[in-house]
Amino acid sequence: MNGASHLLSYLANYFPVLVFIGVAFAFGAGTLVISHFLQPKLPDPEKLSAYECGSEPFSDARMPFPVRYYIIAMLFVIFDIEILFLYPWAIAFDKIGVIGMVEMLIFIALFVVGYVYAWKKGALEWD
Amino acid sequence: MATLSFFYFGSVIVLCALLVVIFRNPVYSVISLLVMFFHIAGLFVTLHAEFLAAVQLIVYAGAILVLYLFVVMILNLQQDDSYQRQVKWGLGLGLLALAEVIAIISKAALPDEPAQSKTAAAAAGEAATVVGNTEMVGKALYTTYLFPFEVASLILLVAMIGAIIMAKKGIMEPGPLRESK
Amino acid sequence: MDMLVFAGASVAKIAVVMVTVLITVAILTLAERKVLSWMQDRMGPMEVGPYGILQPIADGIKLFFKEDIIPAGANWVLFSLAPIISLIPAFIGFAVVPYGPNIEYELYGVTIKPFIISDINIGILYVLAFASIGAYGVILGGWASNNKYSLLGGLRAAAQVISYELNVGLAIIGVLILAGSLSLVTIAEKQAGGFWHWNLIGGLQIIGFVVYVISSVAETNRLPFDLPEADSELVAGWMTEYSGMRFAFFFMAEYANMILVSCIASVLFLGGYHAPYPGTLLPGILGYFEGVAWFTVKVYFFLFLFFWIRATLPRLRYDQLMRFGWKVMLPLALANIVITAIVVYVLR
Repeated sequence: MNGASHLLSYLANYFPVLVFIGVAFAFGAGTLVISHFLQPKLPDPEKLSAYECGSEPFSDARMPFPVRYYIIAMLFVIFDIEILFLYPWAIAFDKIGVIGMVEMLIFIALFVVGYVYAWKKGALEWD
Repeated sequence: MATLSFFYFGSVIVLCALLVVIFRNPVYSVISLLVMFFHIAGLFVTLHAEFLAAVQLIVYAGAILVLYLFVVMILNLQQDDSYQRQVKWGLGLGLLALAEVIAIISKAALPDEPAQSKTAAAAAGEAATVVGNTEMVGKALYTTYLFPFEVASLILLVAMIGAIIMAKKGIMEPGPLRESK
Repeated sequence: MDMLVFAGASVAKIAVVMVTVLITVAILTLAERKVLSWMQDRMGPMEVGPYGILQPIADGIKLFFKEDIIPAGANWVLFSLAPIISLIPAFIGFAVVPYGPNIEYELYGVTIKPFIISDINIGILYVLAFASIGAYGVILGGWASNNKYSLLGGLRAAAQVISYELNVGLAIIGVLILAGSLSLVTIAEKQAGGFWHWNLIGGLQIIGFVVYVISSVAETNRLPFDLPEADSELVAGWMTEYSGMRFAFFFMAEYANMILVSCIASVLFLGGYHAPYPGTLLPGILGYFEGVAWFTVKVYFFLFLFFWIRATLPRLRYDQLMRFGWKVMLPLALANIVITAIVVYVLR
């Protein structure tokens, strides 16, 4: 096979993905729009007020929330990046031999060090 | 075709990047950034860097942007104009960056042998489609760039410890953000 | 001309898959209520049609014509955007799933693969990437509603989804080592020749499988991990203020996600479209459809598992959920990678 046909088959694989994204978007937006024109519109202040189990809504709903969520998100970012390093390693597993193996064991060991540190420092606790 | 898709992705990226700065509501900025990340991933796909495209989405759109969203919600910025006052600094830094970009482009725009470099790129792209971009990344990363990879893993460890130490202040010291039990 | 045939075939396949997914979602809404009812010695929906089989249609029509309330304090742009952001990632993951054998068929001189929409090299990463986008719909919906329950539900959901996403990402690496490819088509092809070649049994990915299934249940916010919408404390979580079609979108996204993770689980661990015995029983073209039938059986097995788990297990507390994800699932998944890597290295 020559380069041009490779390129074509490569892009041909992405074409249906693109169409699928378009179809899914069109389905979502289209259904919302059609339903918008078919449904009744009877707003009244009680209906539009925030639902708080019957009592009058009080204070701003967008309150600040615990930093703990932020810590989880931060740990997630770092762990996610570490995991992404594992994918090319898993794919090239047969080709990189013992060096790749040892290297990844070191990497995972460092990963575990960080994980144990987070555990010991209580970053994974949720009290 | 390739040029057309490049200009499409490029213009959307620039537009979204501008919108990120222009929107007053930080949540809109985050959405705009999300659209931008998707188009960057699209650009990577057209350049045969499939793995990078996936990484772009998983790390930036799936992880870092979620962190941004959390920060936006933790701080609950309804109308914060303090950043608007830094326009002078921003302009200065922006011009500096622009000058740098122009300098790099003007250097890169005159390659020694344009024809040869083009075929090299095409060959690399062809090789990537045959064995798969991810496998090539894996082989390069775990043989040729062995040392930088281990350094990167150390940096990640440092980042994790640093994040925990900085965040611990927020957990240990009872402040307004602490959840009441 | 070639391009047109190719595009037409792609659009036709996509239409079939979309319609199948939507019908399956409809079936699931009824199946879930029926299965739960039978497990609890009840009858379930009985009113619409014989044995209530038309219930999903009635539900769909009702939701379609219901008033879509936007609360007064809500940000209507984000409020409308959030259900769509939830729904799209749940649908487009289906683009890379192999539904049947990787056969090629000539149509007007163009090679068409009837059971595969697209075979991209990064198949599984594509699915993971879009699964992580689903969290935005939930968190934005919760924030835009301007309701305390919604915000709490949205935040919980986001933290839960990202925590368990890590475990999903780690759990599949063992399979990737065995397959040497990220393409779901290749992963399925490598498991041909009987159930002892499936990754779950032949590849000894039992830990990976268990971690994947549990984490998928958590990632789709299903019981016992449905903390984000915990009805007893948060009314309906991030969906509290949603009604009509926008609510239906969140609902559809949840079920479509269930179907998607079931498809991925059967491809990764149970051999995808391969029968538990070598080859196929039926000859020729019928054999291909036998593969599709096996795939369907496996997917429905996982979907039944979702209902079964829901009927059996009580809801966890949020701290238990996070502890379970970070302190039990994550080390297990990591251990699975190390063990798989060493065993595979020694054996090869």
